[in-house]
Amino acid sequence: MSPLRPTTADELLAAVKDALADATPLEILGRGTKRDIGRPFQAGRRLETAALTGVTLYEPGELVLSARAGTPMAEIEELLKKNRQEFAFEPPDLGPLLGGEANAQTIGGVVAGNLAGPRRLRAGAARDHFLGFHAVSGRGEAFKSGGRVMKNVTGYDLSKLMAGSWGTLAVLSDVTMKVLPAAEKTRSVLVIGLDPDRAVRAMTAAMQSAHDVSGAAHLPASLAARSAVGYVAGAGAGVTALRVEGTPGSVEWRCAELKKQMAGFGAVEELHSMNSAKLWRELRDAAYLVEPQARPVWRLSVPPQRGPAVIHSITRILDVAWFMDWGGGLVWLSVAPGSADAGAGVIRDAVGNDGHATLYRAPADLRAQIPVFHPQPPALAALAERVKDSFDPKRILNPGRMYARV
Amino acid sequence: MPPLMPAPDQAILGRRAEIAAALQAIVPGEGVITAADELAAYESDGLAAYRQLPMLVVLPSTVDQVARILRYCHDQGIKVVPRGGGTSLSGGSLPLADGIVLAMGKFNRILAIDYDNRCVVAQPGVTNLGITNAVQHAGFYYAPDPSSQIACSIGGNVAENAGGVHCLKYGLTANNVLGIEMVLVTGEVVRLGGKHLDSEGYDLLGVMTGSEGLLGVITEVTVRILRKPATARALLLGFPSNEQAGDCVGAVIAEGIIPGGMEMMDRPAIHAVEDFVHANYPLDVESLLIVELDGPAAEVEELIARVEAIARRCGASYLKASGSEPERLRFWAGRKAAFPAVGRITPDYLCMDGTIPRARLPEVLSRMAALSRQCGLRIANVFHAGDGNLHPLILFDANAGELERAEKLGADILRLCVEVGGVLTGEHGVGVEKRDLMPTMFTEIDLDQQMRVKCAFDPNGLLNPGKMFPTLHRCAELGRLHVSGGRLPHPDIPRF
Repeated sequence: MSPLRPTTADELLAAVKDALADATPLEILGRGTKRDIGRPFQAGRRLETAALTGVTLYEPGELVLSARAGTPMAEIEELLKKNRQEFAFEPPDLGPLLGGEANAQTIGGVVAGNLAGPRRLRAGAARDHFLGFHAVSGRGEAFKSGGRVMKNVTGYDLSKLMAGSWGTLAVLSDVTMKVLPAAEKTRSVLVIGLDPDRAVRAMTAAMQSAHDVSGAAHLPASLAARSAVGYVAGAGAGVTALRVEGTPGSVEWRCAELKKQMAGFGAVEELHSMNSAKLWRELRDAAYLVEPQARPVWRLSVPPQRGPAVIHSITRILDVAWFMDWGGGLVWLSVAPGSADAGAGVIRDAVGNDGHATLYRAPADLRAQIPVFHPQPPALAALAERVKDSFDPKRILNPGRMYARV
Repeated sequence: MPPLMPAPDQAILGRRAEIAAALQAIVPGEGVITAADELAAYESDGLAAYRQLPMLVVLPSTVDQVARILRYCHDQGIKVVPRGGGTSLSGGSLPLADGIVLAMGKFNRILAIDYDNRCVVAQPGVTNLGITNAVQHAGFYYAPDPSSQIACSIGGNVAENAGGVHCLKYGLTANNVLGIEMVLVTGEVVRLGGKHLDSEGYDLLGVMTGSEGLLGVITEVTVRILRKPATARALLLGFPSNEQAGDCVGAVIAEGIIPGGMEMMDRPAIHAVEDFVHANYPLDVESLLIVELDGPAAEVEELIARVEAIARRCGASYLKASGSEPERLRFWAGRKAAFPAVGRITPDYLCMDGTIPRARLPEVLSRMAALSRQCGLRIANVFHAGDGNLHPLILFDANAGELERAEKLGADILRLCVEVGGVLTGEHGVGVEKRDLMPTMFTEIDLDQQMRVKCAFDPNGLLNPGKMFPTLHRCAELGRLHVSGGRLPHPDIPRF
């Protein structure tokens, strides 16, 4: 059957009501760039929000933007750029990583996946910039929550529930986001030749300084070699990157100070705006792991200091390519062929209950066998199930995408 | 008039002695308060106009005790009102005649300070300022700073999603909490988040934040701490009109500058404050702005100069940059004393808390002035200008029978906030105070969906009932689906 493509909020409501009436589970998509994240599930029909497009409100002076859920991010980012603004959470574009095209995702998809880039450690994730929404629940009801102002505690913050729910609770029709001024200038300090432990120590020192570091990532030598930034690719060793953003005078001064501080850890280099932008975009989009596509890709969120230990216990057993972001708190890794469970057992043991590991890329049969999202303790799993019930009692929205019973 | 609360359950009240004994068995020693004179200490919170003696107060000191108390109350159908520092400005911990108050004051220890992961793990009764105090010697602080920060608890901050004057740049509580441990009404203990940044699965931590004690009881909180900015300097700017001050705020942001704090006061507030703390505020202006810039010294210098230029362009008639730390603190002393200063010039006042799209400020202020004239009660305004959070203080005299008029004026102001695209509450919470206004912002469908989330956590409605929602529904009734035999409600809409 052809996909449903509502062009208005009313059509969206009608489509969900129909599905509810004849108990047809729907696969909810924006433009489908992140379609293969999650467990495979049975859906009777596809519902795409890609025709719900357009920025409906943008007031740069109020730092707020509203758009229909299917609006392409590329269009919104273009508009923000013209006004020297941006989404501070630096949404990644995972299109290529997932085997699709770049610049194709929608704002609704960014929110539904609660994406966040390198600036996560300072500015938060999509959830932290998501002010309000309109949506249709699995009960076939159009509802809203939040608003268009920065400070709002009126009622439960259902925006938080929507962010990262991967379309399993409601279909977003409109979202309102906080936007912020883009930095006037960006520079990066590179520290060359550190192992993971030293790298995290260096990043921690930088994060603890008063230099307001807005990115702290580490590439081992093998991945640094894949960078399109000459200084990084040519380093011939691990590269630890620290980003400073702000007004020109401030950035230059902080960069100089950071270089002095980092000199104690290893040889330092400095990247100016263009190269900085290139490097942080690669890190943001996990560009180093795009190829080979056949390899499963995991995304691990752990306490920053545990990053190296988690990597050590994984690399002792598995052949993986990895890098760290968020000062050690985010580990991306791709697993070499030969592991039956895509490394799930080893990786989840290494993470334990102190964080989570999500299988971001894998063939459907693997995603059917292995929990894609980190398994939850029973009380929490039961609570998540009851939350699902409260929005989608008949399991018509992406049923089973996150967990079997959700 | 105090809002109507759920009718007390006489059967529960009749079992008071038995319930006290059962709770005593869980929390031995002085853990259960039964005497009327001691219960009186808990009869109200920061919203002192409303009072109610609780049936009992329980003061647990371990997570296990909290779990057993909740399990007992859940089994016996006893209502529970959680309470932190008791500073809620919306009546969030107003007791119920037939309910226990679960007071978390004994959970007052900091459990871990982790500078490397840049976080602090604290029990929920630790005060907001207590966290900063524990880490400031190492140059760190906890960013959200509600004005009650000396007394309010971090658990209460999470329950209310507390704000403060630095939210525009550093976020609300929701943006600064990494994890919690909480006890469900059934007595089950769950952990949400932790020391890692992203939490996977449904963001229940995000929903708990600002849930006003209706979903669970928080027993541990992990917050992120930040390195204290190297420098902070403030500008004190006076304007001949509120419009010009509002324009200046917009112009600063439009230039790409996000100040650490940006506070506005109107003429009545300026005068009340100046009489009280003698902060040397200019008295010949209609509107006063405090703009604080923090960060690396080089950046702050640059930005101070830029904001000064913007202020001149916007018609500032008074302009002063803090030249020293004492001077910066003096600029703030007035703003921070605004509530007590207003308290000195009136027997009573109500503090409202709407948020509006900032560009609508001049219109809202003039319509508020008209409402104030109509009703014959004065208003002083303090305003978190950067994020549009308005705190009109309504001056009245309860002994002269003005409370009801003041409440009506407050409700009219909040309706006005919603009408211009804003919200009922920016940081104080709905509680009992704004409960009955919820339908001005939300449809029945919107509210039903929120209540269903409540049902997922607390199916029998025992946690803090009577707060946030204007009506009480049974969860079974809310759970019903309204599908009318597969017929389409809009047969005329094209079927794609």
